Amino acid sequence: MNETRNIGDTLLKVDNISLSFGGVKAITGVSLEIREREICAIIGPNGAGKTSMLNCINGFYHPQEGTITFGGDVRRHMRPHIAARGGIARTFQNVALFKGMSTLDNIMTGRNLKMKRNFLWQALHIGPARKEELEHREFVEHIIDFLEIEAIRKVPVGRLPYGLQKRVELGRALAAEPKLLLLDEPMAGMNVEEKEDMSRFILDTNDEFGTTIGLIEHDMGVVMDLSDHVVVLDHGEKIADGNPDEVRANQNVIDAYLGVAHE
Amino acid sequence: MNDRQESLSSLDTFPKLLLDHGINRPDRIALREKDLGIWLTLSWSDVVENVRALACGLASFGFERGDKVAIVGDNRPELYMAMMAIQSLGGIPVPVYQDSVAEEMQYVLEHAEVRFAIVENQEQTDKVLSVLDRCPVLTTIVYNDPRGMRHYRQADLFAYKEVQTRGRQFDKDNPDYFLDEVAMGKGSDIGVILYTSGTTGRPKGVMLSNDNVIITCRNTNARERFRETDNVIAYLPMAWVGDHAISYGQALCAGYSVSCPESSDTVMIDLRELGPTSFFAPPRIFENILTNVMVRMEDAAWFKRKAFHYFMDVARRAGTKLLEGKEVPFTDRLLYGIGKVLVYGPLRDALGFSNIRIAYTGGEAIGPELFEFYRSIGVNLKQLYGQTEATVYVTIQPDDEVNSESVGTPAPDCEIKIDENTKEVLYRSPGVFVGYYKDEEATRETKTEDGWVHTGDAGYIDNVGHVRIIDRAKDVGKLNDGTMFAPKYLENKLKFHPNIREAVTFGDEKDYVTAFINIDLESMGNWAERNNLNYTSYTDLAGQEEVYNIIQSNIEESNKSLAADPGLAGSQIKRFLILHKALDADDGELTRTGKIRRKIVFERFSTLIDALYSDKKKIDIEAKVTFENGREGSIKADLKIRDVETFAAVKEAG
Repeated sequence: MNETRNIGDTLLKVDNISLSFGGVKAITGVSLEIREREICAIIGPNGAGKTSMLNCINGFYHPQEGTITFGGDVRRHMRPHIAARGGIARTFQNVALFKGMSTLDNIMTGRNLKMKRNFLWQALHIGPARKEELEHREFVEHIIDFLEIEAIRKVPVGRLPYGLQKRVELGRALAAEPKLLLLDEPMAGMNVEEKEDMSRFILDTNDEFGTTIGLIEHDMGVVMDLSDHVVVLDHGEKIADGNPDEVRANQNVIDAYLGVAHE
Repeated sequence: MNDRQESLSSLDTFPKLLLDHGINRPDRIALREKDLGIWLTLSWSDVVENVRALACGLASFGFERGDKVAIVGDNRPELYMAMMAIQSLGGIPVPVYQDSVAEEMQYVLEHAEVRFAIVENQEQTDKVLSVLDRCPVLTTIVYNDPRGMRHYRQADLFAYKEVQTRGRQFDKDNPDYFLDEVAMGKGSDIGVILYTSGTTGRPKGVMLSNDNVIITCRNTNARERFRETDNVIAYLPMAWVGDHAISYGQALCAGYSVSCPESSDTVMIDLRELGPTSFFAPPRIFENILTNVMVRMEDAAWFKRKAFHYFMDVARRAGTKLLEGKEVPFTDRLLYGIGKVLVYGPLRDALGFSNIRIAYTGGEAIGPELFEFYRSIGVNLKQLYGQTEATVYVTIQPDDEVNSESVGTPAPDCEIKIDENTKEVLYRSPGVFVGYYKDEEATRETKTEDGWVHTGDAGYIDNVGHVRIIDRAKDVGKLNDGTMFAPKYLENKLKFHPNIREAVTFGDEKDYVTAFINIDLESMGNWAERNNLNYTSYTDLAGQEEVYNIIQSNIEESNKSLAADPGLAGSQIKRFLILHKALDADDGELTRTGKIRRKIVFERFSTLIDALYSDKKKIDIEAKVTFENGREGSIKADLKIRDVETFAAVKEAG
């Protein structure tokens, strides 16, 4: 990691949130902070509440208690479209692309929020709408270049191998020019080479665009190498928070992962 | 001043040719590149401006005549322009294979004593930087693509654009400098050093003079009718002589346009968008394209599939003949016309061959079926034979005398002779290289006093005056009765049968030729399924009587075609056996790139070879195999040996 990166102030602050589904408590009283331009990993065993946490951050779930502060705005209930407009983009654990559409079109959908002209203008595709679309297309082409997916620009996404679909999904999230990018297991099911590629793209995204990244990942090697800051959840509670070395040495984390004998 | 004008109009170097294009065809497209999904174009006058700025920029860094400059990267207009800029200043570009690892690159950079390196992107910059301390004379690195380069703080690292900006200032201050430098260039100067890929030993730097490249390219352009309206795609490595001739030399001689694909993965898509008029590819690429077509046709709807196969049969009967202007029955002519609208036209369009005037292949043997496929749909595919030491062209097939076996007639002004004893092909042409850089001894071994160059390939001239290359000269042996024995040639001939995966032939210092065969499990297994033949494994299938029958008839076919060839009729295959196991790289019998390791095969299967030269009909064998998980085991088998019919040599007519 080079020294020129400067990590800034708090971008996202999650304060003491709790989420339950009926009687099942998914998250209980968790607080965490993600600072500008850092890569923050959220880890934990299965069912620890990681994805629920992401869903709360981008407003898909509404926590019963606590507040979320993003870029200065305090909210109890975030809504997905407000989160997206505010600069939070995410990818999903299961690829959620439009399978019948081409890579290019899929990434273009990521620009949708940025389009000023309404649906009718876009359908007519004349004058200002056309000009606007060309500008967005140029931005998307930069992303295609950045992610090195020129060769699949016009291929329907459904025909692509899994690793590439994940990359397209990252592209679509980047197209929204997010301040905060949430990646839910970006490397699940990938082979070593695909993981290396994806890691490089995550680092490059952080470096080139200064995007803050929140990521859930199970591959500890990847987590420890990529992140500046690691938050560990277990059974809906936060058990550790700190830089990778601290977390690695934390006894609670070791117990949570390896299990501990109960008296 | 007049001296300068005179020198500039002599057009004996590439920068002079470039300036000439800038004056005579300023608005024609010289270079194209796809960036962010859009084809960007540079006209000849744009190229002149860019080259001038870059050259002056390099001059402001203290560039001196004779300096060598490494060019590292994929085919990019900026890198081609860098070569022109370097030559403008009397420097020598040294293109380096862009996929070579740092150590390989270091050898070339150090050996060539490059002072500057002009590289494409961060990846290549990193490689050069990692070996910088071992290249004492290398002082300045110029990179083209600034992506990812923001954090580099090295003092001697400059962006291409920045060098050009400096150059424009330098040009303002020294307005005569550029043209004076260009005028100082001579045809006899070394124009480029190309390192041979070095499959054997260290790579050697082939020095080609401006005359070598320009005269050869002009000759080729004249014979193959390249004009300024042509359009080629530059996708093969810049360090390879073929690209230097097609995308640089010939383009600058004829003034045609060169297009650079977006990335190495997009070549096939870009090919279709561009529709080039000429295309060079090794047989492997043509084979991949054909396989893709066939696989997709099998998935097509019933009617399309039927139509495709029907018209491909028509094309096989009539297409090649029509291409060569030969007599074709009226009905076939009509059907071919319909096929052109329904099948061949759309197919050529999908492959990017709709405007193709000439396609070339070379470097390896090409299967006759593959060759016929392209010719039958109207793609004028031809073979050529060449070497870096000859500035590519040694022989080219004339348009109306094309076949899959020969490599054609000598290129213009090229003389060819065959060494009587070793059968080695020698040539002498205006393109013959000046020498290997810093390797007098290797130069003397390869090039004789009077300019003949040893190719290292054995071959002969057939009865219509075409050269046929058969094998590497050192592999060619002799049967006991003195007949020439060229193992690789025979093996290739056998391997063109889809049922034969691999073949090893024996015959050097023996009485007759014999062969080991590996069947192709996929194609043979498919056949077995269709004919209700049960088998459990490769070994089982390979031993079946019916399989032997098929392979035997394949070999007999090959023998028939050998008999038609007076030089090779004596090396027909007399006996063969099908090996009980597939030759495999894991067992050390093949190299990782799939070439046979003859020595190991000889040692490991010596009992089988002895059996081939006895009168046994059967032999028991126990062989060691290594499984994929590393365990070792053994296979016991009972191998049959078959005799094959051979044919009398066909007498030459007249």
